[in-house]
Amino acid sequence: MRRRSGSEILTNLYLGIFLVYLFLPLIVMAAATFNSSRFPTVTPWLGTTLKWFGELYQDDRMWDGLMNSLLVGVVVVIISVPIGIGAALLLTGLQGKARTFVYGVMVSPLLTPGVIIGISTLVFWDRLGVGPGLHLATLGQCSFIIAYVMLMILARLQRFDANLEEAGLDLGASHGLVFRRILLPYLKPSIIAAAVLAFFQSFENYNTTLFTRGLDTTLTVYIAAKVRTGLTPAVNALGLILISITILGAIVYEILRRREASREATPV
Amino acid sequence: MSQDVELDHVTMNFGAFTAVKDVSLTIKAGEFFSFLGPSGCGKTTILRMISGFNDPTEGTIRIGGQDMRGIGPNARPTALIFQNLALFPLMTVWENIAFGLEARYVPRAKRRKRAEELLELIALTDAADKRVSQLSGGQRQRVAIARALAVEPKVMLLDEPLSALDLKLRQHMRAELRAIQRRTGVTFIYITHDQGEALTMSDRVAVMSQGVIQQVANAAEIYNDPATPFVATFVGENNIFRGTVVSVAGELAEIDTPSGRLRGRNRAGLSVGSAALLFARPERITPRSGAVTAEINSLDLQLNHIDFEGNFANLFLTGAGERTIIMQMANNGSLPRLQSGETVPVSFAAADAVILPDGPLATS
Amino acid sequence: MKNLVKRYGMLLTGYMVVASLIWIVLLVVLPYFTMVDYSFRPNLLAADIGGPNDHYTISNYITLFQNAVHFRVFLDTIWGGALVTLICLCICYPVAFNLAKVATPQRAALLLLLLVIPFWINEILRTFAWFIILAYQGPLNAVLKFFHIIDRPIRYLSGNTGVMVGMVYAYILFMVFPIYNAMESLDKGQIEAARDLGAPTWRIHWRVVIPHAKPGIAVGCIMTFMLAVSSYAVPSILGSTNSRWFTEIIYQWFFEGQNWPQGSAYAFILLLLCIVFILIMMKVFKVGLTDIAK
Repeated sequence: MRRRSGSEILTNLYLGIFLVYLFLPLIVMAAATFNSSRFPTVTPWLGTTLKWFGELYQDDRMWDGLMNSLLVGVVVVIISVPIGIGAALLLTGLQGKARTFVYGVMVSPLLTPGVIIGISTLVFWDRLGVGPGLHLATLGQCSFIIAYVMLMILARLQRFDANLEEAGLDLGASHGLVFRRILLPYLKPSIIAAAVLAFFQSFENYNTTLFTRGLDTTLTVYIAAKVRTGLTPAVNALGLILISITILGAIVYEILRRREASREATPV
Repeated sequence: MSQDVELDHVTMNFGAFTAVKDVSLTIKAGEFFSFLGPSGCGKTTILRMISGFNDPTEGTIRIGGQDMRGIGPNARPTALIFQNLALFPLMTVWENIAFGLEARYVPRAKRRKRAEELLELIALTDAADKRVSQLSGGQRQRVAIARALAVEPKVMLLDEPLSALDLKLRQHMRAELRAIQRRTGVTFIYITHDQGEALTMSDRVAVMSQGVIQQVANAAEIYNDPATPFVATFVGENNIFRGTVVSVAGELAEIDTPSGRLRGRNRAGLSVGSAALLFARPERITPRSGAVTAEINSLDLQLNHIDFEGNFANLFLTGAGERTIIMQMANNGSLPRLQSGETVPVSFAAADAVILPDGPLATS
Repeated sequence: MKNLVKRYGMLLTGYMVVASLIWIVLLVVLPYFTMVDYSFRPNLLAADIGGPNDHYTISNYITLFQNAVHFRVFLDTIWGGALVTLICLCICYPVAFNLAKVATPQRAALLLLLLVIPFWINEILRTFAWFIILAYQGPLNAVLKFFHIIDRPIRYLSGNTGVMVGMVYAYILFMVFPIYNAMESLDKGQIEAARDLGAPTWRIHWRVVIPHAKPGIAVGCIMTFMLAVSSYAVPSILGSTNSRWFTEIIYQWFFEGQNWPQGSAYAFILLLLCIVFILIMMKVFKVGLTDIAK
């Protein structure tokens, strides 16, 4: 056990406080689910109950929002992943100034505030005669989610040994066969990761969705609206469920990551 | 059925850089042909042009008499063994070998059978379902060759396939490759910077430097009768004497050098007054014995040091103008006992020396 | 382009080009230009479009400077965003440093995993958590009263205080990760060498660590500021009637005032603000675009 310097103890303490700062609000919010007080809080504690889960279950608008969020998420993945792959492949064929320019344009939606993306999507499609709604929310989200997909695929693509494609062609394979049997299997891990990322980015999106949704609701919009009007700990119940899923997801992600890392450590 | 490969005035320019300059030669069907040269000499470019990954800027490439321009790598009757092998890491060994057949829509059962036949040929019968990462370097080499053989190419192209292997394995693989080539009768075009490989394995060798073919001949000719100073110095060790031609007589010529007048074969038909280089192999130089005739060059040199290498010894001698001459003697009992600084009289036959026009040498 | 056709074939290359064009043109460039175009037009009824009143004008932009309330909100937003960024930076720097240089690799991996969890939780839920904590009858006031630190509860959710507290919490992780990434590549030996040469801790950070971490700090500040000034959820949940954020005004122009051109102009001003901030950051930290592009 090596001796720790004073400043090391201090920064570790600071880190501990930081972690408490991050998690305490979430714990408070989760705990308020079980308090029978109508206004979500942990003080005063009026009694332990599970009734807010019941209220959540009965809430039609919540189910409406959830279904819409899932639907939009799936469609966003279906659109974003193929286009993202195409964009990444295109970039590998460009060099110099052209590449820098195209790359810059492709990455720009990531640096653009979600509000701007939402507004620009809204006004553009309105001019084409298309009004707001889930379809517009989907398109607005795709605008920057495709960029995420593209970056992830591009990163993996850049470590690909182009000789493998040439070997395939040299052995007589058509371009389609080379793509299907050599490149795509290599990209598969990244494609799956990108699809998962795309789905979650879509699911939790608010700013862009807010401006493009029209009269439709997604789950995030529902939550934000309920906080302002008709607030009950049913929202906390929903939050607790979502947090639990997130923690589960983080654990699964870590397990997968560790397995992938140990697999890559074995020499090829 | 193997086929001839013709390169007809082939030139390759990458922008302002000329990688291959006006190469014309014919590689005969069934031949083991090597391109030998230092890195950057253009040999890889030639291979890529023959296999179809680059189109020559000028000139024509013909395989079996057919012009290959516009025909992509997947339509040519060639198979390329890459330097890093390029085996497909996500497929099993048999799937790798059978991939060319998969591209030709051969049904799965037949593909598997053919792959197993080839695995037997390369002595790896129980490796069929393994991953490539589970094989050793030499085993992967053989799988790469089997994969290429599976498509029954007319021409096999090999890009320095042995450079990543250790010495013992390399020597073993040399013999194996030669055996496979003889057994299948496929034209092998082999590129390497290792002269030992090129000379021992090939029927003919093309020596290249900076995009230009220096000489095309069999191993013995390349070694004994180099056509250019580059070939003379790239292949094996050679002693160099620089001078000017003073007389010509029949096949021989005499040049005037700081070490005196030396005679050698006038291979290039030089005339009096030309700047010339005379090359003499270390093993052709011997301690002087017997009379000095017109056909014998003789020099008095001083011993600098001796490198004893086991079956032979290299004697480093100093001549006029501090030039170092190497004399190689076999360890057959005749090695003289000499002290550093002693004068050593040596001689070599004019027939054993080659006179060539002054030109660029291979940098060591 | 030719090398793409050679490598992937006609069909696949064609697909790549078409897919990329659909994305870039239809989903990014054209919408953006339409918004800018809108911002320079007056707000006309459908019937008047194309008529004599339809001409380019900058009146939408002038409105911001003429309207005292809106302009005040705009300045408050900038100030708030800058403050949030500064606070996040100060809080995050030691955290990132600990993760990158003090913690062992195994512990760092575990800590990163822990940090990623709140990062993945929806911004709205995290803001809502503070809504509960900062409520007048809420836990924070209760705890402070219990320890007799205050006698009467404090109204946090008034003015922009609550909003900024919520923003710090919501966006703090966007500051940690870039700085951590930048610090990670710093050779620990440099710090030890500096210490060995007698430098005190503050000087080590000022002269060794910070210069190396500059790109990460710049990226973190840019992301945090942009998220803060363009945030809508946090101000709408934690704000009150006497607080306003610029994005809320934009929303009102669109969905309460039905004045899309005006809203577009304000939105474009917001975008310009972000771009200006990026340029300032690049200047101050002397980093180029390539350093920022992740």
